[in-house]
Amino acid sequence: MSSDVSTSTTAADSLHLGLGDRLRMWWDALPRHTQWLVGSPIIIFIALLPVLRLPVITTVGTDFGSVLAQFGMYALLAIGLNVVVGQTGLLDLGYVGFYAIGAYTVGLLTSPDSPWNLTDDWLSTDWAWMAVVPIAIAVTALSGLLLGSPTLRLRGDYLAIVTLGFGEIVRLLADNLTELTGGGRGLSQIAYPVAGVSEERPNGVFSAGNTTPPLNSGAFWFWLSMVLIIIVLVIVGNLERSRVGRSWVAIREDEDAAEIMGVPTFKFKLWAFVIGASIGGLSGALYAGQVQFVVPSTFNVINSMLFLCAVVLGGQGNKLGVIAGAFIIVYLPNFFLGRTQLFGIPINGDEIASYKYLFFGIALMVLMIFRPQGLFPARQKLLTYGRQVYVASRRAYLAAAALAAKTPVPATATPSGDDTKGGTR
Amino acid sequence: MPLLELKDLTVAYGRIEAVRGISLTVEEGELVTLIGANGAGKTTTMRAVSGIRPLSTGSIWFDGQDITKMKAHMRVLAGIVQAPEGRGVFPGMTVMENLEMGAYARTFDTKAEHDSTLARVFELFPRLEERRTQVGGTLSGGEQQMLAIGRALMARPRLLLLDEPSMGLAPLVIQQIFRIITEINATGTTILLVEQNAQQALSRSDRAYILESGEVITSGGGKELLADPAVKQAYLGVA
Repeated sequence: MSSDVSTSTTAADSLHLGLGDRLRMWWDALPRHTQWLVGSPIIIFIALLPVLRLPVITTVGTDFGSVLAQFGMYALLAIGLNVVVGQTGLLDLGYVGFYAIGAYTVGLLTSPDSPWNLTDDWLSTDWAWMAVVPIAIAVTALSGLLLGSPTLRLRGDYLAIVTLGFGEIVRLLADNLTELTGGGRGLSQIAYPVAGVSEERPNGVFSAGNTTPPLNSGAFWFWLSMVLIIIVLVIVGNLERSRVGRSWVAIREDEDAAEIMGVPTFKFKLWAFVIGASIGGLSGALYAGQVQFVVPSTFNVINSMLFLCAVVLGGQGNKLGVIAGAFIIVYLPNFFLGRTQLFGIPINGDEIASYKYLFFGIALMVLMIFRPQGLFPARQKLLTYGRQVYVASRRAYLAAAALAAKTPVPATATPSGDDTKGGTR
Repeated sequence: MPLLELKDLTVAYGRIEAVRGISLTVEEGELVTLIGANGAGKTTTMRAVSGIRPLSTGSIWFDGQDITKMKAHMRVLAGIVQAPEGRGVFPGMTVMENLEMGAYARTFDTKAEHDSTLARVFELFPRLEERRTQVGGTLSGGEQQMLAIGRALMARPRLLLLDEPSMGLAPLVIQQIFRIITEINATGTTILLVEQNAQQALSRSDRAYILESGEVITSGGGKELLADPAVKQAYLGVA
């Protein structure tokens, strides 16, 4: 058959691909349950980070658990923003607005400072956070719908400007509607999930008062966010592989052409916006619960840029890449904070950390010149019968590698055992 | 009953009317061409038919139904598929992914149907099969045009709209594209073609309309128009 000829030629080309592409090819050809089997130990290792307290990588200036908890929230934000920016190609410069709406919904409904407080009434503080998170997600989704319906008719720069305005409007409303939102003083004593109450932790493991490492509140919030990240990744991943995902990529590539191919572009742009918004709202709800305090200045426009930086740095369109981007954004400044020496070399870590925006700015510029697709560029899987194609190309690749075996290529032989399983599926 | 009928179509960009009261018909199985100079309103007419440009007045009828108010993506579902001007392939998708996007709205019921439609596209454009894993944006102009047409064919159109398929291509490639257009038409697909290349288009069309400043000035059989002295002078550069 002629298709075999063409796949073998491309496989021959791919012999010259880098390590990342070879790894990806191997991964794509694995059956799904094997992917989980390989992935789980990695996930468990990451989950154990706050407990293991590995030398060098554990932060010194701030608690490592809290840093990782913050990373978890930023990772969620990056995944949500990636749906909008990376998948659908809509530049959203006001994403922090959704983060704020999520956090403020939890704050307004559970803080004693708020006129909308439910906890003094019928909602027990033990369950308040849990009960309010779905409401926070729903409210942010609705705000995404309200913002998106009129503005998604705009394109490119115009949409970016409108969203930039939206982010600021949310913050200014929170700051100035003092009677409704607590104003600049913020909202305190926000509810958090009460769980794992014991003698030494009278308020439960999630309480901000649980500060004794390694099992402090940061670690528990990190684990909670990891669970949520995995759930969100599964949902978003399935969407990406479906017709919805193909529509998003088509819109990103060429909106007019997408419309001509029969993609209801407005509908799917709105979908991306709403899904992105609700993930942002979920992250905001986590933030409000962890810090138990929200104040408008936290939701400054610079945060939108930071979230966008995580997405661009990690690789637009690659949901695992943007998590790595979020890690870089959160971890690197904290890595330097409070550090006086690194591998015996004396450094002023606080000073370095305070220049984080400068360094991220330079990093973005360098990246745009040398690797505009980001550190971990996306590879779309858009074909209806895509899996068969990937498995076939992997087989052809191995065959070509075997042919070229006279010149030794040792690394390619190892994964072939898994591949036979993948091929028979 | 014609497959496509435009009745008194007017399309405006702000105050400027690009199309002023065009009426035309396309019968089932025909290859009909719109010819005109730059700015005559050819592309605007196409955009109105595929639904990405709203009308000021007039109506569009497809297969006996008024589709004037129908959204663009619904028209694809009805069977009106366009290969847009300037090719409009998805630059970051591979040739295969582009082709599959063609079938986005009109999905295949079985894999066999998918394979046979794909095989037909590859039969018409063997070059696309050679380039199936190459990214759309890196194809040559001619290959991109082939891909745009091939992608439209994946939707198994009842009416194929081709907007200036010869634009910016080498004479040999133009010849090839036109041969394939004739072949597609011969196998039963109705085609509405917009062209500036009057010689090629007229000699292969059943009928043609000549547009000037947004109005139809002449219409008739392709070969008749080709012999018309006025047409010759204006569009074929023959004195």
